[in-house]
Amino acid sequence: MAKKVGTEVSFAVADAVKLADVDVIAAYPITPQTHIVEKLSEYVADGELDAEYICVESEHSAMSACCGSSATGARTFTATAGQGLELMHEVLTIPASSRLPMVAAICNRALSGPLSVWGDHSDLMGVRDTGWIQIIAENGQDVHDLTIAAFKISEHKDVMFPVMVHMDGFHLTHVIEPIVIMDQEDVDKFLPPFEYNNKLDPASPVSQGTYAPPHIYPEIKKAQDVALVNSKETIKAIWKEYGDLFGRYYNPIETYKTDDAETILVTMGSFSETASLAIDKLREQGKKVGLLRVRLWRPFPFAELRDAAKSAKTMIVLDRALSFGGPAGPLCSEIRSAFYQEKNRPQIISFISGLGGRDIDPEDFEAMIARGEDIAKNGSDSEYEILGVRE
Amino acid sequence: MLSWKDIPMGAIVQTPGSAKEYRTGDWRSQRPVWDLSKCIKCGLCYIYCPDASIGWKDDGYPQWDEFHCKGCGICATECWTKAINLVEETE
Repeated sequence: MAKKVGTEVSFAVADAVKLADVDVIAAYPITPQTHIVEKLSEYVADGELDAEYICVESEHSAMSACCGSSATGARTFTATAGQGLELMHEVLTIPASSRLPMVAAICNRALSGPLSVWGDHSDLMGVRDTGWIQIIAENGQDVHDLTIAAFKISEHKDVMFPVMVHMDGFHLTHVIEPIVIMDQEDVDKFLPPFEYNNKLDPASPVSQGTYAPPHIYPEIKKAQDVALVNSKETIKAIWKEYGDLFGRYYNPIETYKTDDAETILVTMGSFSETASLAIDKLREQGKKVGLLRVRLWRPFPFAELRDAAKSAKTMIVLDRALSFGGPAGPLCSEIRSAFYQEKNRPQIISFISGLGGRDIDPEDFEAMIARGEDIAKNGSDSEYEILGVRE
Repeated sequence: MLSWKDIPMGAIVQTPGSAKEYRTGDWRSQRPVWDLSKCIKCGLCYIYCPDASIGWKDDGYPQWDEFHCKGCGICATECWTKAINLVEETE
């Protein structure tokens, strides 16, 4: 019987990886990811997890080792954050294009400089176009469930892509929450063994990650893109199966009080739970506001988003990352694109806040919604506004 | 030519060693030419060739692989009896 325990969210990741019975972990410690890999190395050292723990000299090496491991058909895990994810970047595109399943826990952290170990989504946005499936967790239970489900998604024969599970550094990784830790028996029923048909095998040799001249490269990229877009249906089916079995359902777009909402706040990640408090308060005042959270960042769920925001006249999008000199926050750019071709599209307002671990309180969300409605009515001189910054 | 629908998952190459079918000799702007009167069959050109484009004939002299040689000229630089000269490709 699965048991609800009080545990640090990082440990709930480690427990999910242990329950998934991974074969190989290759990781380099970096704040705020450290507790995940420390716990996993303890499990391996104590013989509780029969896996190869590869101590590498950098995140670049970690991802390289993960590619090799996955290519041999081993269930593979890594974790990193911030600058570590940046150093890993060069290798990230390779498992995506070579279709090497693996799961990476990304403990979202601001990027230097100035040096910051605290959370925001700068690292997440930096790896947006690497071709990975990218899933966003909001709380400790999400992190545990989505990590287990990520292995099944990644290794599914109709998917075969690496998967990142994003969780906010410190705001999630370092908090202690009541979390239902799954039973080994249940996970074993849900998660079949990894069967990789193209694995590196001397008896049946293949070449992976080869060179492609211009006469074939675009065809390979189109095939990769179509496969990633198509993976959305399998992701939804696997989350539904997880919900049917264990009672906790996950969706590409999560909604809160959006049914008749004329103003919809859009968030991503752990700050969504704080935002819901502001929604509750404004609802009590009779305002038709709702909250919509993006759970599946790639492949982006355009249809689900449009469907969830049908009643919206104004959408107010929070980004915890800056696209310096760009059109809006990166999440808002996606939301605007999703609605641009619609006949009755809402006004879509971009705010940047919560950079480098700065908190956003429920009152700040109320102010954000008020300012967004003001801009929707009266316009603004700038493409986006940075909120919660001292003038 | 393959359509994007024919690309194997992950663009995996299922025929090992198929790179040898690729004519890298097309890249060449100059070709090595041997003066066998100076060649002492020492094998340095064979050792240094980065593309394995120099092999051996039955008589012990070097066998040049025109299909793969990119014309880098390392063989000519390393040949200490100066038996290899680089000649510009004219076609």
